[in-house]
Amino acid sequence: MTEMNLRYRKVDNDILGTLQKPGKLYFLFISIALAGILWGAGAWYYQIQSGLGVTGLNIPVAWAVYITNFVFWVGIAHSGTLISAILYLLRARWRTSIYRSAEAMTAFAIMTAGLFPIIHLGRSWYFYWLFPYPNQRELWPNFNSPLLWDVLAISTYLIVSLIFLYLGLVPDIAALRDRLKGVRRRIYWLLSFGWRGTSEEWRHYSSTYLFLAALATPLVVSVHSIVSWDFAVSILPGWHSTIFAPYFVAGAIHSGLAMVLTLLIPLRKFFRMEEYITVRNFENLAKVIILTGLIVGYAYITEFFIAWYSGSPFERSTFIYRAVGEYAVEFWIMVIFNSLVPLAFFFKKVRTHVTSLLVISILINVGMWFERFVIIVSSLAHSYIPFAWGIYRTSWVELSITFGSFCWFFLLFLIFVKIMPAISVTELKEEMVPLLRKVKTK
Amino acid sequence: MQSNDKELVGIFVHLDSLVESVKKLQKMDIKDFVVYSPFPNHEIQELLGKRPSPVRFYTLIGALVGFFGGFGLAAFTALKWGLITGGKPLISIPPFIVVSFEITVLLAALATIAGLIGNAWLSRRRRYAYDSRFSQDHFGLALRCPDHRLPRIREMLNSSGVTEILTKDHKELPR
Repeated sequence: MTEMNLRYRKVDNDILGTLQKPGKLYFLFISIALAGILWGAGAWYYQIQSGLGVTGLNIPVAWAVYITNFVFWVGIAHSGTLISAILYLLRARWRTSIYRSAEAMTAFAIMTAGLFPIIHLGRSWYFYWLFPYPNQRELWPNFNSPLLWDVLAISTYLIVSLIFLYLGLVPDIAALRDRLKGVRRRIYWLLSFGWRGTSEEWRHYSSTYLFLAALATPLVVSVHSIVSWDFAVSILPGWHSTIFAPYFVAGAIHSGLAMVLTLLIPLRKFFRMEEYITVRNFENLAKVIILTGLIVGYAYITEFFIAWYSGSPFERSTFIYRAVGEYAVEFWIMVIFNSLVPLAFFFKKVRTHVTSLLVISILINVGMWFERFVIIVSSLAHSYIPFAWGIYRTSWVELSITFGSFCWFFLLFLIFVKIMPAISVTELKEEMVPLLRKVKTK
Repeated sequence: MQSNDKELVGIFVHLDSLVESVKKLQKMDIKDFVVYSPFPNHEIQELLGKRPSPVRFYTLIGALVGFFGGFGLAAFTALKWGLITGGKPLISIPPFIVVSFEITVLLAALATIAGLIGNAWLSRRRRYAYDSRFSQDHFGLALRCPDHRLPRIREMLNSSGVTEILTKDHKELPR
């Protein structure tokens, strides 16, 4: 067998080989995820039956954990597109072995995020009112509203991300199909749309992939900017700030990269992909996290500075409340986990040590969740007039649905890595230097 | 395809062998062939000398429809009831640009996929022979030619370093 056969065949065996029958541990994880989803779904059913009063939502804090989850998951989605689309345009070679999992994370994160506007409606069956459809009463949604911009942005991002993910998968599905027999071969044949890898197909495919990457790129910036404007276009102190778009986008990339690490580290271990997902990949992710962490930290400082510098008693009061008020614990978790903990990545030993990477990535995700919570709840709880101040406490329903949503996300990812290759075999082969007959015979 | 045309598949391990074979086929004025590879390769694309894919026009058209359509949707619906909110004009540029932008990206992406499907798959003129190794670790060259040219082509492929040659009887389409 020739060297080229061995190299390309090894890639196929190592990566497509992970799609064989799973072991007991995999089914244990699936069971836990399913149990969590059922628990969350049960809590949602109870909420639909009893009304939103079973949550902690009230006046003045009408947005809390559900919107926190929505913003959190949308934010996480952005890093996947950064890695798969933006780094593709920048020709960053270190992206090759990690972008598939990151893209899948994006798709599933948006699918998770999309649940929350529906859950938060209370009367979830009316969710279709959000979409512009012709009706007898000639009613249309209000396009001046950022909530409507969200509908369009999230829908667009979901559709474009799914298309981009699937497009990248097609040649890999063909490679997988050609190794299988029987019913599975037939199923993957259909999923691959009969892909054969002719020069004509590659010509159009390459162009399509390039344009989709170029189209997905502005979405990374625009979607989370639009989500941030849900808050920034209001008048609440702590929300009404021009910093929100870049602040949220940087935070989104920050949390998303951390989630990529959280997913890839166990994936690499369980599938024994150390040869393909290397410490260098993780180190590069950690370096970008340093950057995003610094931006997020700078945004925190800027907000406090402007609150003080503005002289506005309302703005000052809100920010002091964040630091020492009812939600001070959440605030300090946010500051420490998001801006201080990632500074450890300045040390090479930390950013090349897999356990440190995993622990820090989880802390960042916790911190970013609390950041959304603090921004949303503290501004609502402590706005202009003391008479309108109020306290929000999370209920078991919201916590159960939150837990269920995490299980839903991990379930989707677990299923994905067992039916589709978690690393792009096509791009790995494309990067290898092909074997040349003339060189061999010299 | 003439009734006495034969099909032949060359399977290659070395990229330069494939490139050399394609060059020789072009010199022999044989046009009825297709090249397979498990990944895209610029050398092969340049050799085949095709113009850039027309998919980009689909993207452009989708983007233009999305841009004007998106703005039009927001403007049309705002004018339907004519409610003045916050003292702002009925057709307000900043929020409608956001709507327009998102629908631009959406329709451009969908149109790009339509372009791919239309160009790469629906317009497949004919099916050439295929071997499942072409998606794994080998390159391929499938062609059709009159029977009397086959020996010369076989000789050419062998001199270029082909790994294996299949004729129509031995090929299988993956099903």
